Amino acid sequence: MPPSEPMIVFDGVEKRFGDHVVLSELDLTVAPGEHVTLIGPSGSGKTTILRLLMCLESVNAGTISVGGSYLSHMERRGQLVPADEKHSREVRKRIGMVFQQFNLFPNMTVRGNLIEAPTRVLGLSKDEANARAVELLDLVGLGEKIDAHPAQLSGGQQQRVAIARALAMRPDVLLLDEVTSALDPELVAGVLALLRDIGETTDITILCVTHEMGFARDFSHRVMMFDGGRVIEDAPPEQLFGDPRHERTRTFLRAIVGQ
Amino acid sequence: MDNLPRIVAVLLDGLPATVIAAVGGIVVTVLLAFPTGLALRSDNRVLRGISRVYVEFFRGTSEVVQLFWIYFVLPVLVGIQLVPLFAGVLVLGLNHGAYGAEIVRGAVASVPKAQVEGAKALSLSPRDIQRRVVLPQAVVEMLPSFNNLFIQLLKSTAILSFIVVSEVTERGIQVLVPNFGDDIVLIFAVMLLIYLVLALLITTGMRWLERIGARRLGRRPSTAARVAAVVAGH
Amino acid sequence: MVWDWGYAWTILPELLGALVVTIEITLLGSVVALLLGLVIAVIRRARIPVLDTVVWAFVEFVRSTPLLVQVFFLYFVLPRFGIVLGAFAVGVIGLGVHYATYTSEVYRAGIEAVPRGQWEAAAALSLPPSRVWTGVVLPQAVPRVLPALGNYVISMFKEVPLLLGIGVIEVVNKAKELSSDTFRPIEPYTIAGLLFLALSLPASILVRRLERRRAAI
Repeated sequence: MPPSEPMIVFDGVEKRFGDHVVLSELDLTVAPGEHVTLIGPSGSGKTTILRLLMCLESVNAGTISVGGSYLSHMERRGQLVPADEKHSREVRKRIGMVFQQFNLFPNMTVRGNLIEAPTRVLGLSKDEANARAVELLDLVGLGEKIDAHPAQLSGGQQQRVAIARALAMRPDVLLLDEVTSALDPELVAGVLALLRDIGETTDITILCVTHEMGFARDFSHRVMMFDGGRVIEDAPPEQLFGDPRHERTRTFLRAIVGQ
Repeated sequence: MDNLPRIVAVLLDGLPATVIAAVGGIVVTVLLAFPTGLALRSDNRVLRGISRVYVEFFRGTSEVVQLFWIYFVLPVLVGIQLVPLFAGVLVLGLNHGAYGAEIVRGAVASVPKAQVEGAKALSLSPRDIQRRVVLPQAVVEMLPSFNNLFIQLLKSTAILSFIVVSEVTERGIQVLVPNFGDDIVLIFAVMLLIYLVLALLITTGMRWLERIGARRLGRRPSTAARVAAVVAGH
Repeated sequence: MVWDWGYAWTILPELLGALVVTIEITLLGSVVALLLGLVIAVIRRARIPVLDTVVWAFVEFVRSTPLLVQVFFLYFVLPRFGIVLGAFAVGVIGLGVHYATYTSEVYRAGIEAVPRGQWEAAAALSLPPSRVWTGVVLPQAVPRVLPALGNYVISMFKEVPLLLGIGVIEVVNKAKELSSDTFRPIEPYTIAGLLFLALSLPASILVRRLERRRAAI
């Protein structure tokens, strides 16, 4: 894929829940390998963007493309129609997501969680998937926990396993949805350090929703400030944090950083 | 379809017996369930023991066996021959009363301890606490489960056809099936419809009680009570 | 003379033989109920527009009307459509379908209890729907509701005697036969009742223990 082609494109996306419009006329592009952080008050639509990319919701208008292929739609006989489940699942294989609540499968061991999708979806052999699992768990520092059950792990450990699970699919895009918000404060730093490592050592495009402003500043190439379903400011972190153009951004940052 | 009026007439002949059995059964159930349910929580060992034996016995044996026992064995044993309908009401009440006792016990147990403690702090007598604080709240929690239980009871009235009570099922099987064989699907459709309507009436009645409960207590059955009612085996 | 031990001993073997029939029907009926109930629950979860309403109506209808009438219905109506099954088979199907409506509700409750995040994580990994069900949701939903399912199996066991209406020689029917042959109802019916107790009581205690163990987790 030519390097100039964007990895993620939102084109005129609108998302409504009943009468409540969460996203309107949203245009957004993310280049390959970029780290973009979405910040803003709750309900501003940032999590919805991640959920749309994950096909946990569908668009009411506009299109979403990932890696040059349509995600929200598909081409049928030269026409663009809403994507069916099969198509979405195909394109979505390139995207991984880590959730606020970890969402590890409690009925499987850590190993089970890690090899599940690679074997069932990517068609890896059990040996290949196991090798990958071991490698990733070492990366996140939990090698010896490979046969433990999620219930036996701390929150921080579970989240690191969740990150490994997402990486096991070798995604092009990684979505992080407030991944440290449910953790005890002392466990947050470990997870953030891991994410920084991943950001530095891989080319994965990362879209991150977070309240951790320090992390956002270090980690991102770009920060987008959301409010009322629109991007009101989109700039490199030094600029957005250092000299916010928009009044709303200023008040938001003051409230967050002031804590 | 020409036979429809005749079919309906014959089945409605059985309706009074079904309704009497159901209503009678419900009354006996309630009369047994409350004292027994409370007795199951009593500090008195003997009281608890007797109630437990009653509950386990009637829940652990088949209703048909209980029916035949009361109708066929009791006369031989103690010389009392019960009228079939009465035997039916008795068995329905005894059987479902045992299940009802568990519902009562569970609902009373589910009233938060804080309520009882708060009432004690207000120096209410144990009797008052029971009657004015615990029971009203417990009753509201019981309503979904009792709804299910009463519908179960209604369905059980069909068993009375085994001891020749002329209720709806008996009329359908003994009179209609032999004589209107061609309209068999119609016969059963009407029979099932009658039971469906009766079940609906019961549910409507219970929902009405729930509304009264909500108004007087500001409380509706909790989601847990509803889920438990659905999931509870019987 | 109230209780004749001699008579009781002579009829015991026959009653036990009929009890075996009761147990067989319970086991077969349970298999139907447990499998069909799961299918119904999964179908309803899929929320396919017309099918969902039809299945819902069917479940409500079967749940709210007497099992006995449904069994009679199958017994008399199926032959009209060329399906000739013995009373035993009709009984198994009738019990199985009736209890499937109960178990489907139990399964639904268990499935609802699985946190949404599990579905979303499975979707995020692009797991195919069949795997989401078999690998993630059902392994979490079913163990949770085993006690309730167990209770329904026990309930079915106690409702098998309804089949005497269509002539199945299960234990209560056998007791009826014996008591009318010899005009002694006490022993047959009492033994039949005790046989039920002997099986259902330990089973209930086992289920209750299972429930307590789950609650402790």
